[in-house]
Amino acid sequence: MIRILLRYIILFVLTLLVLAGLSFSLAYLFPGDVLANLTGITAQNEMQRAALAQQFHLDSGYIVQFYHYLKNLLTGNWGYSFISGMPLSEEVRLALPATIELATYAMLLAIVIGIPVGCYAGLRSYTAADYTINSASMIGYSFPVFWLALLFILMFSLEWNIAPLSGRISLLFEVPPKTGFILIDILFADNINRLLAFRDALHHLMLPTLAISVISIASMVRITRRSVIEVKNKPFVAAARTRGLSQGQIFYRHILRNALLPILPLMAIQITTLITNAMIVETLFSWPGIGNWLIQAIYQRDYPALRIGMLAVAFMVVTLTILIDLFNRVIDPSREKYERVAV
Amino acid sequence: MNSLQFILICFISLVAISACSQPPKEGFYQSGIMYCSESNPANFNPQLDTSSTTSDASSHQIYDRLLDFDADSGRIIPSLASSWKVSDDGLTYTFQLRRNVPFHTTDYFTPSRPMNADDVIFSLNRWRLPQHPFHQVSGGRYPYFESLGLADNIRQIERINGYRVKITLSQRDSSFLANLATDFSVILSFEYAEALLREAAPERLDHYPIGTGPYKFESYRKDHHIRYVTHTEHWKALSQAPRLIYDITPKSSLRLAKLITGECDAIAFPAQTELDIIRDREELELAKKPGLNIGFWAFNTRRPPFDNPDVRRALAYAIDKNTLLEAVYFDSATRARSLLPAASWAYQADAEDTAYNPAVARQLLKKAGIEPGFTMTIWAMPIERAYNPNAAKMAELMQRYLADVGIVVNIVTYDWTTFRKHLREGLHDSVLIGWSADNGDPDNFYRPLLSCGAIPSGTNRAMWCNEKYDALINEALQTEDLAKRKAIYQRVNNLLFDELPLVPIAHAFRYRAYRKELKGMQINPYGGIRFGGVTKKL
Repeated sequence: MIRILLRYIILFVLTLLVLAGLSFSLAYLFPGDVLANLTGITAQNEMQRAALAQQFHLDSGYIVQFYHYLKNLLTGNWGYSFISGMPLSEEVRLALPATIELATYAMLLAIVIGIPVGCYAGLRSYTAADYTINSASMIGYSFPVFWLALLFILMFSLEWNIAPLSGRISLLFEVPPKTGFILIDILFADNINRLLAFRDALHHLMLPTLAISVISIASMVRITRRSVIEVKNKPFVAAARTRGLSQGQIFYRHILRNALLPILPLMAIQITTLITNAMIVETLFSWPGIGNWLIQAIYQRDYPALRIGMLAVAFMVVTLTILIDLFNRVIDPSREKYERVAV
Repeated sequence: MNSLQFILICFISLVAISACSQPPKEGFYQSGIMYCSESNPANFNPQLDTSSTTSDASSHQIYDRLLDFDADSGRIIPSLASSWKVSDDGLTYTFQLRRNVPFHTTDYFTPSRPMNADDVIFSLNRWRLPQHPFHQVSGGRYPYFESLGLADNIRQIERINGYRVKITLSQRDSSFLANLATDFSVILSFEYAEALLREAAPERLDHYPIGTGPYKFESYRKDHHIRYVTHTEHWKALSQAPRLIYDITPKSSLRLAKLITGECDAIAFPAQTELDIIRDREELELAKKPGLNIGFWAFNTRRPPFDNPDVRRALAYAIDKNTLLEAVYFDSATRARSLLPAASWAYQADAEDTAYNPAVARQLLKKAGIEPGFTMTIWAMPIERAYNPNAAKMAELMQRYLADVGIVVNIVTYDWTTFRKHLREGLHDSVLIGWSADNGDPDNFYRPLLSCGAIPSGTNRAMWCNEKYDALINEALQTEDLAKRKAIYQRVNNLLFDELPLVPIAHAFRYRAYRKELKGMQINPYGGIRFGGVTKKL
């Protein structure tokens, strides 16, 4: 186990080094002044310029520069945004949780809806109900996520006016961004009607969460269904049946547990897809997450923000992927490696 | 109890909780006005910027002026100056100031005294005197006042007593009072400025503003929002919403969508294509007023061959303004013949205008020695303004017209800040841009747009300097007689038609879209949006 852990840690560090190298080279590849791209500060005079160049060791070779770049990254000195002038670490700290929050709720929704429906379809496999669920999930899975989000906006916001279409909460509520997770921040906020704020935030969450989770629900249904069918045809289920156990007992005691075990790692793998989808949907719902933030940075040619944003997103995805792989090993050491999810 | 049932029960109860709890919400939701603005203000001091985004965010919300324009009649009415007197020679203006006008009390400043003559003198001297301690703070450019040459014309500002100020001009200027009533002539707090100097943070004056206006600044997050709270001690004692929030939404379609869902109560610059949608919806109100603005195509007259009036004329003949009007403005604008729109008292209905005639254009170009295949740039401004809602589309149409006369056009655009910076540096061949006047006086069009003095301040996009023109517009300010002034402006129009430093294209109507819940909204034809006295009833 320790060897495996060590292997993962080395893999993790190497990947991050390559990513950091890439983001460092971006400072050179982007148009404009290298120093400005690195720091986000356009030097006002020679003295300031010299001081900044000194801090980033621009006069030394690329390797030394990279070393100091890494040092700055690790100490949280990520530079400043061209556009807002805010420290990038602060901006990412506010934007990233918003994306994670959205993805988490979508995941929860996918589990809460996807697993029961999948079980139902699996148990009734090859009946009319199963075929209906199966084709519905196929349709859901094939929707391009941004198109679905637009459709939701058109229907729920503009036609029926059920849900708001932008932001996380009405700006009338003053919620200081402490953790970056809106529902938690509401609990910390003073001077507001928390219940009202909570309702308002849920209202805002509704459409983006739904839009992202449709695909996840669909794939969850398909994974669960297939797993249940697989387990259902195992000899031990037949044995249980011959022992005269009731349908309920067979399902809860034998099928569900054995079916859920392989679902767990597959589900975890979905998280990265989910985050990518969340980033796309954010831009449509003006959700102040990392995806929206990156798009704005692209529009405004905010090179330092692009450099850090790319690194932050890549870091998150790499970390999650490796953690998930590790997690899969831990819960089921018998398997060498899980294949990518197939639905 | 097993997992499936447990999950189900949790889910159902969650839905039930969120559906059943109905706290009183109307009271809360009508406590604040949400305005979807189009962009980030450069700062919170309109003295420093002519962009309407900046003045919308500060002029009428945070500040008051000595004088104001009546939104209906356009007449100058008292504001912080309760009365004023003009001497017979038109050179001395004496203002009596209103008493007991408190400045904002915020968490960053607590005023110890109400507004008085010192604040007025400070506010004027800041842009007027280059040696003033605050002149160089935040860049030291005061484009509005620079473009009008106002600082040079004020000889002296005197404090007669705590509530009386005397301003002496060196030359008669019949538009002087109007200039003091514009969005840019705001009154800042001298006491606050002094406190900031002591703290060695003078630039905070323009970013953490203190004024006497109906709303106090609370917080600003770039690309997100600006928050204001009501100034309860405002001298007009307006009844208004306790809070005002600017939700910065650059995309016009998103602003409209938010207006429809009620996430915004009012929006900036509804796009021309969207006006019908707004008209069709009962809950929305679309107010229209003839705008004091002009959209035009300016040539950089410092770059050959555009320094040749014949070339400029040829290009003007090559484009069909009527098509541009239909395709870009969708009937929300009138054709411009000269600089002045019909809403101005000096409008000349029979001013000469160029007509679409590609044959003449080709001839003129040939005469001027411009070979077919000549390449030029048209800079299209990147943002929507009433006077040009879609400069990129207009540029594409013009590209086709100019191709007909053998000219190759490259369309250039940058983000707004860079765009204006490069324009000021004169890197363009020609540009599609425009101007919104800040008061009803014709001088507000002629001087900033084409006078020599307006080149460094960056409002003279044609970089055109003509002594005869400057002499004429100065002459027009020497008299209070409107008929005489009008005659002079007609001569100016003739001169402009001969020289054609820019091609006037359109005067757009001004639209403002808001929800019916907002009570007391008024369109101010002379400048920025006003939220003082606006309430919300759901």
